[in-house]
Amino acid sequence: MDITRLQFAVVTIYHYLFVPLSISLASLTAGLQTTSVLTRDPERAQRLRRSTMLVGKLLLVTFAVGVVTGLVQEFQFGMGWSAFARFYGDVFGPTLAIEGMLAFFLEATFLGLWFFGWDRLPRLVHLATIWIVAVGTLISAYIILGANSFMQHPVAYQLDPTTGRAHLSSFAELMTNPVLFATFPHTIAGAAMLGGALLLSIGSWRRWIGPAPAGAAGSPEARNADPDQRAFAGIARLGAWTTVAGGLATALTGDVLGKVMTSVQPMKMAAAEALYTTTTGAPFSLLTIGNLDGSRPIFSLDIPYLLSFLATGEFDSTVKGIDDLQAQYSQQFGPGDYAPMIPLAYWSFRAMITIGLLSALIAGVYLWLTRKGLDPREPKASALPFMSQRLFPRPLVQLSLRMLPTLPLLPAAAGTAGWVFTETARQPWLAFGLTLTKDGISPGLTAAEAWFSLAAFTAVYGVLAVVWLRLVKHLVAQDLADPPARPAVPLPHEDDDGEGVNPDRDHGHSAQPVIPAY
Amino acid sequence: MDLVTVWFAIVVLCWVLFFTLEGFDFGVGVLAPLVGRDEHERGAALKTIGPFWDGNEVWLVAAIGVTYAAFPAWYAALLSGTYLPMVGVLLLLAGRGVALEFRGKHSDPRWRRRCEVVLALCSAGIVALWGALLSVFVRGLALGADGEVVSQPGLAAGLGRTVAPLFTVEAAFGAVAALVLSVLLGATFLALRTTGPVRLRAHRVAAGAAAGVVALGAAVAVAGLTGATLAGGAIGASTGATSTGLGLLVVGALVAAAAVVVAVATRLGREGAAFAVVSLLVAGVVVAVLLANGDVVLPSTLDPAASLTRESAAATPAALGLITAFGAVAVPGVVVYQVWSYWVFRRRVASERIATA
Repeated sequence: MDITRLQFAVVTIYHYLFVPLSISLASLTAGLQTTSVLTRDPERAQRLRRSTMLVGKLLLVTFAVGVVTGLVQEFQFGMGWSAFARFYGDVFGPTLAIEGMLAFFLEATFLGLWFFGWDRLPRLVHLATIWIVAVGTLISAYIILGANSFMQHPVAYQLDPTTGRAHLSSFAELMTNPVLFATFPHTIAGAAMLGGALLLSIGSWRRWIGPAPAGAAGSPEARNADPDQRAFAGIARLGAWTTVAGGLATALTGDVLGKVMTSVQPMKMAAAEALYTTTTGAPFSLLTIGNLDGSRPIFSLDIPYLLSFLATGEFDSTVKGIDDLQAQYSQQFGPGDYAPMIPLAYWSFRAMITIGLLSALIAGVYLWLTRKGLDPREPKASALPFMSQRLFPRPLVQLSLRMLPTLPLLPAAAGTAGWVFTETARQPWLAFGLTLTKDGISPGLTAAEAWFSLAAFTAVYGVLAVVWLRLVKHLVAQDLADPPARPAVPLPHEDDDGEGVNPDRDHGHSAQPVIPAY
Repeated sequence: MDLVTVWFAIVVLCWVLFFTLEGFDFGVGVLAPLVGRDEHERGAALKTIGPFWDGNEVWLVAAIGVTYAAFPAWYAALLSGTYLPMVGVLLLLAGRGVALEFRGKHSDPRWRRRCEVVLALCSAGIVALWGALLSVFVRGLALGADGEVVSQPGLAAGLGRTVAPLFTVEAAFGAVAALVLSVLLGATFLALRTTGPVRLRAHRVAAGAAAGVVALGAAVAVAGLTGATLAGGAIGASTGATSTGLGLLVVGALVAAAAVVVAVATRLGREGAAFAVVSLLVAGVVVAVLLANGDVVLPSTLDPAASLTRESAAATPAALGLITAFGAVAVPGVVVYQVWSYWVFRRRVASERIATA
């Protein structure tokens, strides 16, 4: 039932647009708030508090979408994949349950405490709540990636000889899967790129293009001097640094992950390179045009020896090709087609790398153009070192600044391409070497149900995306606001939890500080 | 007590906490347009659940996750066997969560109004659907030997395979009962957590909903008297007295008595007591539903041999031992910090202090 597979892909890819944003925004919010607490300069502290508030609100609305789409994931293993749930329940179930008990409760409860607790909790306790959220997102990511790593490289299980079901032999071993060690930092680095790109797009838009804050309308001088504009400039540069750092970390960890993957799933890496025959000193292919069914290359442009180096760390090592692996697996697992869709694997792998690097590069250029508080449109900003010539003509800079709000699309696309590669190039396996994807689907599911649910999820998710975008746009266009302050004395009104109903008593509009609405 | 029983108890606990805690979240979602005449008042009503709903919803995540971990066969049969209703639950939960979280983040009155409408409709839909689904927990599904619900000729084919079980008298009764109970729970929670006119209106709603629960209890009792096995069969079965109908009579009377206590307590202004009694009532109903069939966690309506029992659905002792080690640490911790979060936000929310912008 291919519809079920398509549905899993759709809802999972969608869910995974919001997850990396939540992961990175949680840590960025925590970092911003910590700096605001640590700084001695009261003006800077206020700027940072206001920035914290904005990023925190973005986190909240993103987290909400992540929660409701994440719930779908947890249900889906039973709804659409009951055969898989029965056979791998012992391995998968504890992982999901432990993630929920250990991490998800933390995130959900403490995020509420953080947002509503500004005027209720002591300052450091309040700061701790957002850090707990941030750590919770990382624990969640680690455990869920542990479940995925099991599918990439099954470890810590025994097959029951009578029922054929997998039994978990050691949770510690499941959580120390070599694939997990490589994939977790790679995923977190990718998440950092997405969150960073969002901050860069927001900050740069408000600083250079979008509506000026109420107090800074009019002259460019007023705009430059406005504290909120300085806050937006800071948000943009924080985002740019995060994207660049995330980009470097993604590249380094990706290299490690590639080597691990070559050893545990050689077919996946052969597919990524469209390497059909086993080759010693294999070249890295920059571009390949294959025949229509993707089974043979027609033309390719290569860098000699690079693939062997990337796959194993040695230039003259041997990399196994698709044809040999197919023969090997047919012998091992019985007749069948054990190769994934080669063009999809090849191009998603390249899209991930190039789009990811491009977004880090753009962030790097932004950092350079805005160094030392320069206006990127000034001639000085884009002057080459030791030369008076401008590297970028002014119209190009202007256009780029206008395009910058769309930057998050790049790391989002790179991340999606990466997961499409990871998951589709493992096919036909659901858990590599153990069970085929087609055997995991709920046996009772009817085609009508699968089509109906796919349509329903797609429609609702589409609406969700539009509403989320509108709200983010609205939040970003607002003037920055201070978080609610903790009152010096308890509010008299609120201590009323008296017995008996006396509504008249509650009617008086006393002069009280106004707190933001929920 | 062996681990299977322990984990069954934990599954029951998760469901009880989900239905009581989210029960008032849903109730407040339904009632916000009713008890709040203007945006400030509706904002105040929703702020009472603002810090909590997300943490409360995780009890559903926990219920499903723990079922997966401890009883994989139950998880697989239940979720694949109620495929389309679960799609409905998930989409309604999505609408509810997003409407609630997005409402206050935009200053446009129309935006807020729309969010309130979506929130109320989704909350009502979720409650009704879960009420109907609880009847399916008791009645069971058309499970075959492989633990799957297969398409049957007629209405239960194709799209109707997993929807058909919802078209029974029990399911309809479950939907109505869940709605009324959730409204009562939400109203008593609002009465406890708000001030001024919102609190006053919550009192009125609570009185009306309590009358509704008395009627439901009476219906169960009458069903017991007339020997009908329809409404509240769940509750009757759990007392082991379905055949005589005496159990239903007793249970119906108990439910009605509890509702009267709630109405009186609200009238006397004992809002905490009223809320506590409704919570216990809801918890009692959930426990009754989950224990209705004894050791059988999901009956098969086709063949008793295909019914899932705690033992037959349970994970291996090793998997149970593993999650026990984590659960022993994590679950008490969760309870402690959730209680703390309720303590932090224990004060009433006054509508006058909610800003529009």
